[in-house]
Amino acid sequence: MVENRRYLTYVAHATLILGIVIVAFPIWVTFVASTHEPQDLLTSPVPIWPGGAFLENYRQVLGVGLEAAGGVPVGTMMFNSLVMALAITIGKIAISIIAAYAIVYFDFPFRMTAFWLIFVTLMLPVEVRILPTFKVVADLGMLNSYVGLSVPLIASATATFLFRQFFLTVPDELMEAARIDGAGPIKFFRDVLLPLSRTNIAALFVILFIFGWNQYLWPLLITTDESFYTIVMGIQRMVTVADAEPQWHLVMATTMLAMLPPVVVVICMQQLFVKGLVEVEK
Amino acid sequence: MADVQLRGVKKDYPGGFRAIHGIDMHIGDGEFIVIVGPSGCGKSTLMRMVAGLERVTEGDILIGERVVNEVEPADRNIAMVFQNYALYPHMTVFDNMAYGLRNRRTPKAEIEKRVAAAAEILELQGLLDRRPRQLSGGQRQRVAMGRAIVREPSVFLFDEPLSNLDAKLRVQMRLEIRKLHQALGVTSIYVTHDQVEAMTLADRLVVMNAGIAEQIGTPMQVYRQPATTYVAGFIGSPAMNFIAARLGPDGADIELPAGGRLPMSNGALASQAGREVTLGIRPEHLTVSGAGDGVVSLNVELIEQLGADLLVHGHFGGDRTDITLRLAGATPVSAGDVLPLGVAPESLHLFDRENGRRLETAAPSDVPM
Repeated sequence: MVENRRYLTYVAHATLILGIVIVAFPIWVTFVASTHEPQDLLTSPVPIWPGGAFLENYRQVLGVGLEAAGGVPVGTMMFNSLVMALAITIGKIAISIIAAYAIVYFDFPFRMTAFWLIFVTLMLPVEVRILPTFKVVADLGMLNSYVGLSVPLIASATATFLFRQFFLTVPDELMEAARIDGAGPIKFFRDVLLPLSRTNIAALFVILFIFGWNQYLWPLLITTDESFYTIVMGIQRMVTVADAEPQWHLVMATTMLAMLPPVVVVICMQQLFVKGLVEVEK
Repeated sequence: MADVQLRGVKKDYPGGFRAIHGIDMHIGDGEFIVIVGPSGCGKSTLMRMVAGLERVTEGDILIGERVVNEVEPADRNIAMVFQNYALYPHMTVFDNMAYGLRNRRTPKAEIEKRVAAAAEILELQGLLDRRPRQLSGGQRQRVAMGRAIVREPSVFLFDEPLSNLDAKLRVQMRLEIRKLHQALGVTSIYVTHDQVEAMTLADRLVVMNAGIAEQIGTPMQVYRQPATTYVAGFIGSPAMNFIAARLGPDGADIELPAGGRLPMSNGALASQAGREVTLGIRPEHLTVSGAGDGVVSLNVELIEQLGADLLVHGHFGGDRTDITLRLAGATPVSAGDVLPLGVAPESLHLFDRENGRRLETAAPSDVPM
């Protein structure tokens, strides 16, 4: 900061704290709601301090699930979400880093055409191509399967583009030095490029994991078998139950659980993630 | 160890730009060759072709009697030191040096032995566990050289290895490279745009300009008998003075545009009498003679005091050509003075006015080369 005045520091901190409160308050309410008996939430005023039903509520969603919403335990749904998110993340990173490697380091006919074809698909969100994709997946018999959940979402123009941009900043001399050192394309990729991309991979891992975890429309379309429900669509099913009151305390407990894995991933990868976004030294 | 031969080597880039116009040379076993020239003259391209990083458009490159045009860089038995060092940032110093050896499946004990030996030569023993970013520029430079040494190559290639260092370190590393070459005796090709590096390191110099080798010779040959005005102007600091002049009617002396005549040594160019020439005189060869016996007089315009030396800028009488003169630092001169100057006949260089080639004055009958 250019100025170093005391009251400015206070103002800045007050602003930041206010921001945190605004962001954190709904999460707090969710948490509080997940620890109460159902009738507490239907009477006014809505409690703002945790109640005593924490253990029962969480035990029920994790083990049994909601009768009216199909009775799938949250544990199963979280496992499904985890498999889907990890498959999407790892698949996306693996495919896009290899694609970027080919585009940057190999001279093949229509190289730029290939790059632009990939780049143009950046403009197309999942929703635009969802019907043809559904048709393909259905014809291949991949409905209600982990493959069907993850594979159609793996191809990624964004990640390919990011890796390409990163590879372009790696000095050519490094590749030349490796060539003189007797490293072929695969060795160069494995021994030099991959370790250098470590922080970029971590940053992408975080972003893509959350992207995969939060998938909603796609799982909703292709899963009809309860054992393949993912948690994000599961919450929706809990809220829109037919012929019954939504069990808000259980919905809130599920929501809390659904938030957990992305938070864990962010916390674990935070150091590498930040490094990957800001690092300039190559 | 090996010699390197270039036979009619040419390089065209896609789009038709010709970077190298046909170079022939033989680099002897153990020789230290410096390729020098301004940026864009093709010197790096030439070396990268020897390394195998650029394809040869035409001609042959031989390393130790083997045509290597189609041989991968790794199989040419060369090692290269890059301008930006090109160290692997994520590997330790040890791994940087060992990587090439590991790729050729050298036994582990041998790798350790060679790296230790290289580290000792380069005084890197304490740094083997560090990563490149924890090293200073000079240390990185040494690691890059260590990586080349452990390969025990038959040819060393240096691509402007010192240009990223500060001036003091550059002088020091220059000496070390020279020492290293004396100790290892490996054929070396060194590319630089710095003429001091070129003069001090080279057994032989290749002065390049626009994809042509203007002159190949020992540093002293290049300094004493520059083949073209380009070479004459490029080697030597401050640069040689060029004066548009004319040979006298009998071809035995030179008429200066401002009046005055300079006698020539070793006979005359009788066949060239009256010809328009470019006269070259190095600033350090002009001497202040006693009043009266000076051949030309210099009108001093500007003085640059360098401490040990003194650079005097001025012009000869009515001729506006800028002349630089180097004198001992303590010489009492000031702007506005008129200095009587003399020059030894053997220090005169004559060049063809048209094509810039040297006119040999050694034997009068010589056809100008």
